[in-house]
Amino acid sequence: MLELNGISKEFGGVRALSNVSFTVKAGSVSALIGPNGAGKSTLLNAISGIDPPDQGEVVFAGERVNGLSPMTIARRGLSRTFQHLELFGDMTVLENVIVGRNARTKAGFLASGLRLPFALREERESRKTSEEILDYIKLSHHRDDLASNLPIGEQRVLEIGRALATEPKLLLLDEPAAGLNMRETRDLGELIKRIRTEKGITIILVEHDMDLVMSISDAITVLNFGEVIARGTPLEIQKNPLVIAAYLGDEEA
Amino acid sequence: MGRGNFMALALMLLGVAGMPFLTSGSYALTVGIFAGINALVAIGLCILMGSAGQVSLGQAGFYGIGAYVSSVLSIKFGLPVALSMIAAMAVASFAAVLLAVPALRLKGHYLAVATLGFGEIINVLLNEWGPGGPSGFGDIPHLTLFGYTLSSTTANFYFIWICVAAVIIFSLNILNSRTGRSLRAIHGSETASIAMGLDIVALKMKVFILSAVYASFAGALYAHYVTFISPSSFNLFYSVLALMMVVLGGITNVWGGVAGAIIITILPELLRKFEEFDVLVYGLILTLSLLFLRKGIVPLLIEKAVRLKGGSGARA
Ligand SMILES: Nc1ncnc2c1ncn2[C@@H]1O[C@H](COP(=O)(O)OP(=O)(O)OP(=O)(O)O)[C@@H](O)[C@H]1O
Ligand SMILES: [Mg+2]
Repeated sequence: MLELNGISKEFGGVRALSNVSFTVKAGSVSALIGPNGAGKSTLLNAISGIDPPDQGEVVFAGERVNGLSPMTIARRGLSRTFQHLELFGDMTVLENVIVGRNARTKAGFLASGLRLPFALREERESRKTSEEILDYIKLSHHRDDLASNLPIGEQRVLEIGRALATEPKLLLLDEPAAGLNMRETRDLGELIKRIRTEKGITIILVEHDMDLVMSISDAITVLNFGEVIARGTPLEIQKNPLVIAAYLGDEEA
Repeated sequence: MGRGNFMALALMLLGVAGMPFLTSGSYALTVGIFAGINALVAIGLCILMGSAGQVSLGQAGFYGIGAYVSSVLSIKFGLPVALSMIAAMAVASFAAVLLAVPALRLKGHYLAVATLGFGEIINVLLNEWGPGGPSGFGDIPHLTLFGYTLSSTTANFYFIWICVAAVIIFSLNILNSRTGRSLRAIHGSETASIAMGLDIVALKMKVFILSAVYASFAGALYAHYVTFISPSSFNLFYSVLALMMVVLGGITNVWGGVAGAIIITILPELLRKFEEFDVLVYGLILTLSLLFLRKGIVPLLIEKAVRLKGGSGARA
């Protein structure tokens, strides 16, 4: 589904990513973990085209996508959420999800302005699909509330819903459990599992909550100072001395 | 379209229908025609500023292109006026694309200056190459539709306000659709918009074109109504006036453009009785309203109405 070959990225002399390579199997949940500043978000930005890598290759669904605009990559079936929430705050919960349908709809100025039949049909379908997504993520009761008025936990879930509306093959989640309490985190874990099994969407999960990571991931990649220091199943990673050292070092710092 | 918009539209059309019976003579109707023409320009600018977050001090350029291209095509090439108007809008769209390619990389003040420069260039071109140069030209034919020529003031008044109503409906449809949501999304978060697959550059470009089409349509209607035009009607002063209409009426709602256009057009006429002080009073009123009605008249009225009803979720 996704193949990374030698991804490197620098920010004014700081090596945020150096020579990162790994593959993600279709239909899996792959976690990406590592101490603060390890380069996890930078890697998600590189994959989604928001901030392309300096070097290396991103192969998504069999095609090289680095160099393509994030818009094109999104339309090819890659969607994401953001560590620092990026909701459309002045829009309702439903509208936020409908914007996600944009990648799959067409009506432009003329068609919308003249209310052409195909534009109206498309709009009806977008609404219906988006309402179904709200049901799926259990936010229907907030349908017409402004997104910015939701508690943070529900905002995170809404970002996932908006990403689902684009009908992704691959979904990148950047710390979806940040700011969530224990019950919310457990529900989130269930949601991610359902997205994987019911919708067959491949997931890359960046997360600090180790209970969540260990309980839902098939494979884990560990980044430290921009380098991959370990890769394996949850059990293997928990026992890996390099990983333990990286995390202990992080705590001492 | 929403109840509020529907009622506003009904109210507007009622007012338009009654105007010729409530006023005597053609003077009021003529002012009404100019208000309608200005409203078309203001609606386009409103969408550009309020929804796409752009600014333009060059709408007079598109307005002038609409007037000149349509007039010249109908006089020199004998094109039916309806066709020459459409051609004029096409030319204005093309100019908008030429302007937007460099201008959309700019933001705020820089964009304002770039569009201002565009407006001035068009004005210089009209002065240099336009028939009659700075003194302009006349004998522009009236618009003929289905064998009926719009020559009387009343006919023009009705026709132009029907056009305004159509443009309002068209604009509201756009704003309440995929396109309008995309524009609001860009306002909310550019990063997320890109990640959701929105083509931000194309959207901004298209809004620019839309505002140019509205302004050139207004310019063409103006030319074929007054039948005599000169470059001075399409200078920087007009661009500033258009900006005033939109800011005064409120940029977040197309009705703001309409209200602003009506007020700015009628105000100088009402101030005639102050004789030589009219410009002074005009300036004073505008300055005070901009100071005290920051958000614009229409958004403030909506806020008031919502608070009266005790609701919260109302949107225009
Ligand atoms: N736009 C940027 N400009 C400069 N430096 C940056 C930029 N983005 C990230 N960095 C730096 O790159 C490194 C990796 O940052 P990144 O945000 O990817 O870490 P992370 O693993 O997501 O950390 P966290 O767990 O705190 O979210 C850090 O040293 C950070 O300061
Ligand atoms: Mg991060």
